[in-house]
Amino acid sequence: MKLKSLKPQTKKSFTTYILAIAVFIIVQILNGTGSLTSMITGLLVPLCVYSIMAVSLNLTVGILGELSLGQAGFMCIGAYTSAMFSFVTQDTITQTYIRFPLALLIGGVIAALFGVLIGIPVLRLKGDYLAIVTLAFGEIIKNVFAALYLGYDSKGVHFSLTSQADLNLEADGTMIVNGALGISGTPNDSTFTIAFIALFAALVICYNFINSRTGRAVMSIRDNRIAAESVGLNITKYKLITFGLTAFLAGIGGALYSHNLYSLQASKFDYNLSILILVFVVLGGIGNIRGSVIAAVILTLLPELLRSINNYRMLIYSIILIAMMIITNNKKIRSYIDHYSDKTKKLFAKTFSRKSKEVN
Amino acid sequence: MALLEIKDLCVSYGMISALKGISFEVNKGEVIALIGANGAGKTTTLHTLTGLIPAKSGSILFNGTELTKTPAHKIVKMGMAHVPEGRRIFQQLTVLDNLKLGAFIRKDKENFGADLEKIYKRFPRLEERKNQIAGTLSGGEQQMLAMGRALMSNPDIIVMDEPSMGLSPIMVSEIFDIIQSIRKDGTTVLLVEQNAKKALAISDRAYVLETGKIVLSGNAADLINDESVKKAYLGE
Repeated sequence: MKLKSLKPQTKKSFTTYILAIAVFIIVQILNGTGSLTSMITGLLVPLCVYSIMAVSLNLTVGILGELSLGQAGFMCIGAYTSAMFSFVTQDTITQTYIRFPLALLIGGVIAALFGVLIGIPVLRLKGDYLAIVTLAFGEIIKNVFAALYLGYDSKGVHFSLTSQADLNLEADGTMIVNGALGISGTPNDSTFTIAFIALFAALVICYNFINSRTGRAVMSIRDNRIAAESVGLNITKYKLITFGLTAFLAGIGGALYSHNLYSLQASKFDYNLSILILVFVVLGGIGNIRGSVIAAVILTLLPELLRSINNYRMLIYSIILIAMMIITNNKKIRSYIDHYSDKTKKLFAKTFSRKSKEVN
Repeated sequence: MALLEIKDLCVSYGMISALKGISFEVNKGEVIALIGANGAGKTTTLHTLTGLIPAKSGSILFNGTELTKTPAHKIVKMGMAHVPEGRRIFQQLTVLDNLKLGAFIRKDKENFGADLEKIYKRFPRLEERKNQIAGTLSGGEQQMLAMGRALMSNPDIIVMDEPSMGLSPIMVSEIFDIIQSIRKDGTTVLLVEQNAKKALAISDRAYVLETGKIVLSGNAADLINDESVKKAYLGE
């Protein structure tokens, strides 16, 4: 058995990769044969986006062990900057396959830049205080974008934080960001394939980060700060790296999100979204990358699937949420599930070994 | 010149002054014990040495370099390793990962394997359990891991904070044997202990701390017979 010689971490990551690719292929086949409803096809990109958001937040919450509630803020930065870029360049760079990756990269890099800038003062705080301050920063980012008016004309770029009239655009000028109305006319470049590639890349980045020297250093800070300092780790540096990487991936998620909509408003990136992403992480298992994706997919699909019983939709959604929370946290139920999953695993291994014997 | 020279060191936590101007020195190759009761300032002294808390005034010279303004991660690079109190290991990582993190600041990757062998030779228990999650080790094994991790940075001096705390008598003897073997290999040891008897038995010199001041110092062999030490710390 070659599989057995692999390290357990490598095994875990490869299982996730294979599962992800399998799901992608199945969805593509179903999509090709037209057996998916339009509701599901419309959800494919958001599913990838939310998965990326959950995976990236898991780096901060699960690996670094700090509670951040500003995830929607970084997503907002990525969404806006990439949308602005695409809006301005859609006539000059006509090839989507060049423009869109560039837009994703810009969204990610600028979000990461803000992540590091905000991280420098904020990461000195711990626990609840960090959560409150990141929440506040997320709201500040959202509100700044909601008040932003940006346009350009022959005289150059104009911006204002008060009103459209303040821009003093020439007659030939073009509005890019129109305050609370946001950006409209962003090219719809996000496709399921690109979104999936981005999600897959995020998974690869996260797994490699966790198993790297840097990842080990970050986890040691989570486990014991004093001991980490006493072996000579620069705590601030590793915290900033993790926070920056989280913001980078969140920015890419935001860029995918904005290129999936015709019009983008900052009001979507409120703290409800940050909490929702945190719920994905907590229910998927803190520090469990694969779990984050599964939780994000289930909890995004669920309210849509319950649309047929519209009146009771949120009621059932919340009951399921509570039930999931209890099941994943109750030791007795956990051991019961583990017992049966062990049994199926053994059964699987048995049939598998029998098959390989037959081949021999 | 002494390897480590502390002069008039004052440290305070807000309004409370924990160290009121202590001075002592550690020479190369020595084992120095810092003994005293609870709240005497022993751990504060070590944390100030390793840069975990800032000094209010005074100086710490290590190999001639001033440490009071140096951040913790640079002090480790200069050759001072710290075994923190209460076996602060990385609970959720494996034993091997803990040891790898001990060598984190080292640039010479090629000697890593050889040093790991050395650590395993000194602590055979750690090799047996190298893939085990560190939090599941017994107390004594965790203490060994904390010491092994500190040794992985190849330090000139190793400072240990109460290595015998909360361990069984047999394990305490084993830990003290290990400290002696570390010294034999040429590493200087600064030892903070409540177990004054054992600490004095293996050290060259000792300092007695009492509420932030050094009240007594001298050869360990003399202190062990000193009447006031006997009365206050040895329970005789």
